[in-house]
Amino acid sequence: MFGYILRRLLATIPVLLIVSVFVFLLLRLTPGDPAAILAGDAATPAQLERIRDSLGLNDPLHVQFLTWFGQMLQGDFGTSLISNTDVLDMVSDRLGPTVNIAVMTIIISVLLAVPMGVIAAWRHRSWIDFAVMSFSVLGFSVPVFVIGYILIQIFAIELRWVPVQGYKSPADGLGAFFSRAVLPSLTLATIYVALIARMTRASMLEVLGEDYIRTARAKGVRENVVLFRHALRNAAVPILTIIGTGFALLISGVVVTESVFNIPGIGRLTVDAILARDYPVIQAMILLTAGIYVMVNLLVDLSYSLFDPRIRY
Amino acid sequence: MKFSTKDLSRAEQVFSITGLQVGLAGQPDAAPVLDRIDLQIRAGETHCLVGESGSGKSVTSLATMGLLPKDALEVTGGRIQLKEVEITAASPSRMRDLRAKRVAMIFQEPMTALNPVLRVGAQIEEVLNMHTDLSAAEAKARTLDIMEQVHLPDVPRIYQAFPHQLSGGQRQRIMIAMALVLEPDLLIADEPTTALDVTTQLQILKLIAEMQQRHGTAVLFITHDMGVVAEIADTVSVMQKGRIVETAPIRELLTDPQMDYTRKLLQAVPNLTPRPARPVNGADAVLDVDNLQMTYGGTGWFSRSEGVRAARDVTFDIAPGRTLGIVGESGSGKSTVARCIMRLIDPTGGRVCVAGSDIARLSRRQLQPHRKHFQIVFQDPYRSLNPRWTVARSLCEGPINFGQPKAQALEHAAELLELVDLPRDALWRYPHQFSGGQRQRIAIARAVAMKPDLLVADEAVSALDVSVQAQVLDLLDDVQKRFGIAMLFITHDLRVAAQICDDVLVMQKGQVVEHGPAGAVLADPQHSYTKSLIEAAPGRDWDFANFRAVSAPSAIQGATV
Repeated sequence: MFGYILRRLLATIPVLLIVSVFVFLLLRLTPGDPAAILAGDAATPAQLERIRDSLGLNDPLHVQFLTWFGQMLQGDFGTSLISNTDVLDMVSDRLGPTVNIAVMTIIISVLLAVPMGVIAAWRHRSWIDFAVMSFSVLGFSVPVFVIGYILIQIFAIELRWVPVQGYKSPADGLGAFFSRAVLPSLTLATIYVALIARMTRASMLEVLGEDYIRTARAKGVRENVVLFRHALRNAAVPILTIIGTGFALLISGVVVTESVFNIPGIGRLTVDAILARDYPVIQAMILLTAGIYVMVNLLVDLSYSLFDPRIRY
Repeated sequence: MKFSTKDLSRAEQVFSITGLQVGLAGQPDAAPVLDRIDLQIRAGETHCLVGESGSGKSVTSLATMGLLPKDALEVTGGRIQLKEVEITAASPSRMRDLRAKRVAMIFQEPMTALNPVLRVGAQIEEVLNMHTDLSAAEAKARTLDIMEQVHLPDVPRIYQAFPHQLSGGQRQRIMIAMALVLEPDLLIADEPTTALDVTTQLQILKLIAEMQQRHGTAVLFITHDMGVVAEIADTVSVMQKGRIVETAPIRELLTDPQMDYTRKLLQAVPNLTPRPARPVNGADAVLDVDNLQMTYGGTGWFSRSEGVRAARDVTFDIAPGRTLGIVGESGSGKSTVARCIMRLIDPTGGRVCVAGSDIARLSRRQLQPHRKHFQIVFQDPYRSLNPRWTVARSLCEGPINFGQPKAQALEHAAELLELVDLPRDALWRYPHQFSGGQRQRIAIARAVAMKPDLLVADEAVSALDVSVQAQVLDLLDDVQKRFGIAMLFITHDLRVAAQICDDVLVMQKGQVVEHGPAGAVLADPQHSYTKSLIEAAPGRDWDFANFRAVSAPSAIQGATV
């Protein structure tokens, strides 16, 4: 097990290396001179040359890459071209809201979707199954911002249970955090509930046809035990995979929801950086996203062995 | 043959089925799946329910357990009575309570019948937790006790094991422990040994009998294997198309069957006495296997393991028009040898000469022109034909690949279908429109279409009912005579081997332990493993086809020396 984790962590090195090369080239090969962007429209050729020199842009490409890579390893992702602040600080400031909302979204989704999927599979082709599948189609097809605005209209404006927008960190008080995080989480959860419920149902349908389910029933086991003890664990692997992918997607940014609820998260940071051609920030975001995907995949793979004893690393 | 000699005249009747009818759910006009079934079992009695696939054996058992698939089948009449309880009238929660406590069931496939993610000890204990108020410690003690009773080795370790860590026989013992831990009145065993090797089968049959004696259980034993029936039954019911056509005590049924169908079923059971070998014709061998080696794994860069030696030093040859059988239990390496010869896998050593050229080391491309010399028929006719292709396309694909004009290939395919007793217009149908036996005929026609010198049959009749099995064996014999093909017949069934093979090769753990004419090997085995295989063959001293005990000189006399 430990050896496996080590090997998997080592295997992430080439992945991240390739991503770094890509990210590096992104900046150097895109049309437009970074120095020109930095210096602004009014710069003289001499000024430009000085900036180029200070950025090392006149060095050969591989020297530039090694310099940049070395700085990155020391945690120096450069400074934003726009705000002139440290990129690492910018990203870590924005990471908290996004991760908190993502975790809450996934918890809500799993708690709702898994029982929905299990019951839909158990009562296959009944009205419950039909209702779950209909909800699932709806969850996929209604745009997130529509759901967001509907929830705001009902719970924030009509009922006045929660604030309309904004974000407070859990450090500022759990009540303040939850009251602001619940609507965005619910909004994001609709699509994940749809996705996870569908996957749970499909996986459960397959498992419920297995011989050992017949054995369990032949033992006189109650239906809820058949479903949750015997079937669900066997159906877990595809469900875990989709939860993992969902979580990675959530962290790498959910722009629309962050805009609707005015949350200072990663998604908006990324979009703003792209619009402003703020290359150091874009680079950091791409690397962060790649790292998150690699880690989430590792965690998902490891979690398989918790559910299925035949999977051993 | 020693039949069961239990005296059941005073035994209490435990279980009865009266006029049971089961029909397709929501289709009252459709023909019933079970048509007025009657059946009685007394305490301590073993009642065998025999019949071919689709005759309604399993539906009977599921109806008794109240486990009929809800949206497909329903009881439409009659009664099932277990002592004082009327099962057909029980509510779902009452029925759940009866299961395991009063009526328990073991299934055919021990590999899939246990939950792979739960420890086997916990799976047995669950029965106790569901149906009794025992404390955790008491439940564990009782679980360990029943595991001892079914003779599992190293019980504390196995208690903690997951199903995939156990052998098929051990898993079936767990199933039996689970079924009997609450001492039910009735045990239903649905083909519980069909998926097991003969030697394991013998142990499991003995175990069921022992547990039955200890607990006085009534046993309803469902099987298609007449050998097993002869070994264990007190009474037998024969089922055909949803009806019970004959019920009789075992000796009566085997010596003096009343119904034509029963006679037909018994006569189809292949005889364990080998047929005489055909004369050696002196022609050069078509297949010459020399010192074949196959080692799985152990070749990776970082691999420190030795690898599994699935075949070592296997040497034999087959002349045209003759049949060599490779027999052995699962894992003996017999299928590995077949796959090496077909080059479906690449042997790690030795020579395989087909029609004079060594194909063991040829690359895929070099192999291509040789392919038509050797063809294979697989075990499962339901999966070996492409379901989206017409029969014509399956039959013509090979010959067309080897340059035969399409019209000619089609004409040849039609002739082959007639040869295997199917109509010419079967060409334009799809595999799902045929029965298992018919599909196997198509698979044989497909192999023969290439005009091979060698036909490999890998358990080609194992998935078929005995009556169909006999027809397919006849067909293979006929095809062989007509084209003079050499045949390599892989089987675990000694009865089938005795009927079709001229020579027999016995494999154990990847090695050949005995090789010789079928008459000699099966009638007078020299190696202890061959002897144990023959001794484990159920019903081996009964000549089913002639309704009498096997007369000397026979396979058996030799085996018991």
